[in-house]
Amino acid sequence: MKRTFLLHLALIGLALLTLTPLLWMVSASFMPAGDANSVPPPLWPRRATLAHYVELFTRLNLARNFANSLLVAVSATFISLITNSLAGYAFAKLRFRGRDRIFALLLGALVIPAQVGMLPLFLLLKSMGLVNTMVGAIVPGMASIFGIFMIRQYALSIPNDLLDAARVDGAGEFRIFSSIVVPVIKPILVTLAAFTFLMMWNDFMWPLIILSDDAKYTLPVALANLSGEHVQDTELMMAGSVLTILPVMIVFVALQRAYIRGIMAGSVKG
Amino acid sequence: MRSTIEQQQNRAAWIFVLPALSLIGLFFFVPVLGGLVLSLTDFDIYAIGSPDTARFVAFDNYRKIFADHLFWKALGNTFTNVLIGAPLSVLVSLGAALLVSAKGVRLPALFRSIYFAPVVTTLVAVAIVWRYLYHPKYGLIDMGLGWLGLPPIDWLGDPHWAMPAIILMAVWKNFGYNMIIFIAGLQSVPQELYEAAEVDGANAWQRFRHVTLPSLGPTLLFVGVMTMIGNFQLFAEPYVMTQGGPVRATTSVVLLMYEEGFRWWRMGMAAALAFVLFVITAIGTLIQMRLQRGRG
Repeated sequence: MKRTFLLHLALIGLALLTLTPLLWMVSASFMPAGDANSVPPPLWPRRATLAHYVELFTRLNLARNFANSLLVAVSATFISLITNSLAGYAFAKLRFRGRDRIFALLLGALVIPAQVGMLPLFLLLKSMGLVNTMVGAIVPGMASIFGIFMIRQYALSIPNDLLDAARVDGAGEFRIFSSIVVPVIKPILVTLAAFTFLMMWNDFMWPLIILSDDAKYTLPVALANLSGEHVQDTELMMAGSVLTILPVMIVFVALQRAYIRGIMAGSVKG
Repeated sequence: MRSTIEQQQNRAAWIFVLPALSLIGLFFFVPVLGGLVLSLTDFDIYAIGSPDTARFVAFDNYRKIFADHLFWKALGNTFTNVLIGAPLSVLVSLGAALLVSAKGVRLPALFRSIYFAPVVTTLVAVAIVWRYLYHPKYGLIDMGLGWLGLPPIDWLGDPHWAMPAIILMAVWKNFGYNMIIFIAGLQSVPQELYEAAEVDGANAWQRFRHVTLPSLGPTLLFVGVMTMIGNFQLFAEPYVMTQGGPVRATTSVVLLMYEEGFRWWRMGMAAALAFVLFVITAIGTLIQMRLQRGRG
């Protein structure tokens, strides 16, 4: 009895510590300007106002940055679903020369930090005229070793008999992929979609490097930029943070199970 | 017949892998190799306009880096994040996983989701939130310290506290991720082992020490290595919260690389920094694998 009580006390305590920053962010975003900077710091708005959200969308024009982020995250998600699922399936189920060696090379490359390639990638995209474009921001998300790996692990469980039967019936490899493989690997495709969307939406360093003007910034870059100019405007910055976090929270709540499955899948390789 | 089917499959397979492999090849492998070459040149702001002005300088950049005390400062800060931040993060993750997985917990899925929430949030946004939480006068954290009768701390303004502040925030942001992996690991520990230990009269700590920990071995190694690699790449937190200050107390190697490369456009220098970080990360991974293999 006492043990269960202490256990729940610890669970609730940790939950409060975890949620306080997020709840305070939401609460402060509704406070009238200046109210958050009082002693002692208020936990709830004296009276709630939507003024900061209005300002974000009118004077600060954050809607276009929101649209940029959405564009980058959604297109990278779609493109990477196609490229990674085709490759992941081929590595799992099709025989071709050099398959195992290429796959080993890809896995080995997982330890290389992304920053190592960032400077030359910037110069490469510059020579292609893709600096400060949405395409440039999407490039690193269009295919990923981790995504290929995730799909491959899942596709390994597809029975060969199923594929061979279709071949005997005269179905081509593309037909087999679209009508047999895709329905079977659908769960992992949802997982990969959730992962890619969240990763692209939350990414900061690459869009910071490749995008160079206000109108092109993704939301996190625009927000970081804004926070430099509006250090004193606590409530406004909190509204901006809520706006940035809200879409990923919605995606997470909707796809929570798929996302958590992905983390477990990723840990299998250890 | 047989061979044409094989040929067909071979051709189809290549068409399947080609889009992904060419994208990864062109936008990852080529730049990584290019980075190695770049790090051996004095590529700078003039070379961005006309690349032929860049000259081969062999290991000059590396020599300059190792002679620069700012690099050692950034490396020290990065190591603080790796050697203190990563273990702390893993410990909190393990603790949370044990709590959520304990027998008799009501609504474990709810607690799990709450603890996981910070993981999916946007780092830049929560870094901004924490900047205000750390405010010495208006911040909730110092208010909390006040309740405990402790003096306020100028978290982001005091060089001694700025790095711990960033580490605390990162632990809050990330512990839910590893917690999920630990929960999965805990579920796979055979229940009989606990029962047998209980029969042998082992107390809770002994059961944890001799049953749970050894069973979690591979998971711990995976989580340890991944967390360490992630912590070597510290960037957005100091960029947003402190701009590397005060007095460079939170400048990380990646932040230094960003400044060299994209603020001063000394790209040769920045590429060399990236490779130094890569080599250090690789060595760190090897050491950790050795240590844990040896123990397990």
